[in-house]
Amino acid sequence: MRAICLYLHIHQPVRYRQYSIFDVGSNSNYFYDDYNGRQSNERIFHKVARKSYRPMLDLLEQNVARYPGFKVSLSITGTWLDQAEKWGPEFIAQIKRMVDTGQVEIVGETYYHSLAFFYNRDEFDQQVKMHAQKIKELFGVTPKVFRNTEFAYNDQLAKWADDNKYIGILAEGWDKILGWRSPNYVYQPFGCNNLKLLLKNYRLSDDIAFRFSNRGWNEWPLTVPKYQRWLNDDCLRGPLINLFMDFETFGEHQWEDTGIFDFMKTLIPNWLNEYDNKFVTVSEACELMPPADVVSMPDTVTWADTERDLSAWLSNSMQHSAMHDLYAMRDKILSTNDQQLINDWRYMTTSDHPYSMCTKYWNDGDVHAYFSAYASPYESFMYFENVIRDLEYRASIILDRNV
Amino acid sequence: MMKILMLGWELPPHNSGGLGVACLNMARALSKQGVDIDFVVPYEAEHPEINFMTIHSATHLDPIYRYGGGAYESLRLLEKIIPSIDKNKLVSIRDVQKSYCEFINDYLMDYKPDVVHAHDWLTFEAGVLAKKNYGLPLVAHVHATEFDRAGMHAGNPLIHEIEYEGLMMADKIIAVSEATKRIIHDRYKIPLNKIDVIYNSLDDDYATSDYHFEEDSYGYLKKLKSKGYTVVSTVGRFTVQKGLSHFMHGAALAISKNPKLIFVFAGDGEERNELINMAADLGISKNVIFTGFIRGKRLRDIYAISDIFVMSSVSEPFGLTALEAAHHGDCLILTKQSGVSEVIWSAMKYDFWDKQKLADEILAIVDNPALRETLQNNVRHEYLKITWNQVAKKCLKVYNNVKHKRN
Repeated sequence: MRAICLYLHIHQPVRYRQYSIFDVGSNSNYFYDDYNGRQSNERIFHKVARKSYRPMLDLLEQNVARYPGFKVSLSITGTWLDQAEKWGPEFIAQIKRMVDTGQVEIVGETYYHSLAFFYNRDEFDQQVKMHAQKIKELFGVTPKVFRNTEFAYNDQLAKWADDNKYIGILAEGWDKILGWRSPNYVYQPFGCNNLKLLLKNYRLSDDIAFRFSNRGWNEWPLTVPKYQRWLNDDCLRGPLINLFMDFETFGEHQWEDTGIFDFMKTLIPNWLNEYDNKFVTVSEACELMPPADVVSMPDTVTWADTERDLSAWLSNSMQHSAMHDLYAMRDKILSTNDQQLINDWRYMTTSDHPYSMCTKYWNDGDVHAYFSAYASPYESFMYFENVIRDLEYRASIILDRNV
Repeated sequence: MMKILMLGWELPPHNSGGLGVACLNMARALSKQGVDIDFVVPYEAEHPEINFMTIHSATHLDPIYRYGGGAYESLRLLEKIIPSIDKNKLVSIRDVQKSYCEFINDYLMDYKPDVVHAHDWLTFEAGVLAKKNYGLPLVAHVHATEFDRAGMHAGNPLIHEIEYEGLMMADKIIAVSEATKRIIHDRYKIPLNKIDVIYNSLDDDYATSDYHFEEDSYGYLKKLKSKGYTVVSTVGRFTVQKGLSHFMHGAALAISKNPKLIFVFAGDGEERNELINMAADLGISKNVIFTGFIRGKRLRDIYAISDIFVMSSVSEPFGLTALEAAHHGDCLILTKQSGVSEVIWSAMKYDFWDKQKLADEILAIVDNPALRETLQNNVRHEYLKITWNQVAKKCLKVYNNVKHKRN
């Protein structure tokens, strides 16, 4: 038996606009930019919908209908769902139809795509609960497998997932942790009883997600027969290939004209054609085999950059100060009981915000700069802090009134 | 060995601005790369510290006469400004340029360089002459265009014409930034592939020389800082090019949110009285200090005592002062219209007219120590990466590219 576990992550942050200090206290529409503005959430959603959500969801739905053996797992953030309800409700309906077939599984995570686990455990618990409720409400299912924002994983997180009755958790299959071991097995996280650990096969995942259209890559162009040969070779290291990637890989990171959709359209039936090959969802993968070994990750590992740590989100003093200021005001915000204010505050916990303040590679104008909604990390931080000031102000007004 | 005839207008210590400093550093770095340089200046004076190249004087004038008072001032005005000036020696800048051309024409009869490298419109006529009369390849180096000097409006038509001819005739043009390259292309219709961008660098001596902040200078500012004030400074000529009236309005906006701000305008120029008036009209005179023209140590002291340096230019071919300020630990706020903003990433940026964004950026740096710290730390890694050695290497490439065009 050989199985591909295909898992795609669907997310959009709710971006704050270029929010001036002169707006603080007079205008709280941080999340609304003019349609053509750089931080227009609506425009960006429509753009990605056109390039990625629509064609890729159609592709997945067709394959689900055509091949009962095709399975896929999706993690969908609450911030994406909030925006899809406004600007693409048809996508939610489409995902619901696919979930109903039993071939598509939804993975649990924080509602706001936050790093709350590292700042405030109560907030983390609450955001995970909110997400589970939203998934239940929209799709009628309850997530059994968990993934933390940015794949930020450590032993403590595994312990938490085990205590909270998840059957599986996803993480990066990083060589430094695995050593000679292969990511193509199911593992047992250190200190856990029932929880299974699924590790991303980052080489085969990144061949599609990052390298597919790179003409400087000596394997370009990547054809289906070539990729299938690699899959077959890799199965010698273990029978389970975990292909974990962003949903936007298809159409947004790799544009349609790179042939990415045709590649997937061919790969799925070709893989299923071979004897004993199948696709599994994340929870099926957990049930597939007993754990091969115990894996421990005392230090946090993520799926970003070559360091695979949290430094893209939390290394310079702007990022630390932004997160500190944000979580320091949590009690005050919650004590207002103002749902709108609390929700606005939670939108600020999304990890994309500190990511856009990263200066690690900023001078080289690399991937961080390319994907940023802001002109510079410094501007992102400036507007973030202005929003924080307005949230603080709103909370004070409400609390003063209540006294 | 490559032989270069460099046509310039000034060299330290007889310089009035950045042009002389840039020429000196460039020539020094080129000579280290094995280039043989003859440098022509339009005056006669000693350059005691320059021994790596030969300096030729095109005239017997004293250095102070070389601009003939500048392209814009009449001789009568000049008499008023410098009473000590010798009326009989007073010639217009066009006269100086004419003599300069005559000198070059004579000089080239005996000496044939591989390439002629002319700096700015002042020497372009001489460069064109070298090309026309002697078939020498010409590199035109643009440190600023007349459009820059005129705040992006039309400037002196005669200067435009000279600039245009030089750019048309040149075999290759070196611009000090992409912004300058754009102007050369957009305004003079020069094809983009004829223009190479070579950024200037901080003076080699600047980063290495001993400098100690003098405790006593600007004691008033020090006192204010100890009371929690933040010092925001700008340095330059007070001309329309520098965008200082927009800056003043931005300053007023920032002060309306945070009165503990002191703005230092270091420099002088025709807009001085207007700026003083404007500060008064905006009701912020108490927060604005005019230092007058300063240079050397007193200028470095201003950088040193400042927390934030603003380059507010409507158009700025490069903007070396920003690198100097960064060296002294200032956080930088640069207009997107400045050349330096193309190479420095660790800075806040804004459009010169966007006074609210400028105010936002000043206030953000004041209110967020984390922002200040990150800007300061990161810019340090950046400005040291740009060196004159790299500039020389790129110039050499340009020379090699054009030297076969000699006929």
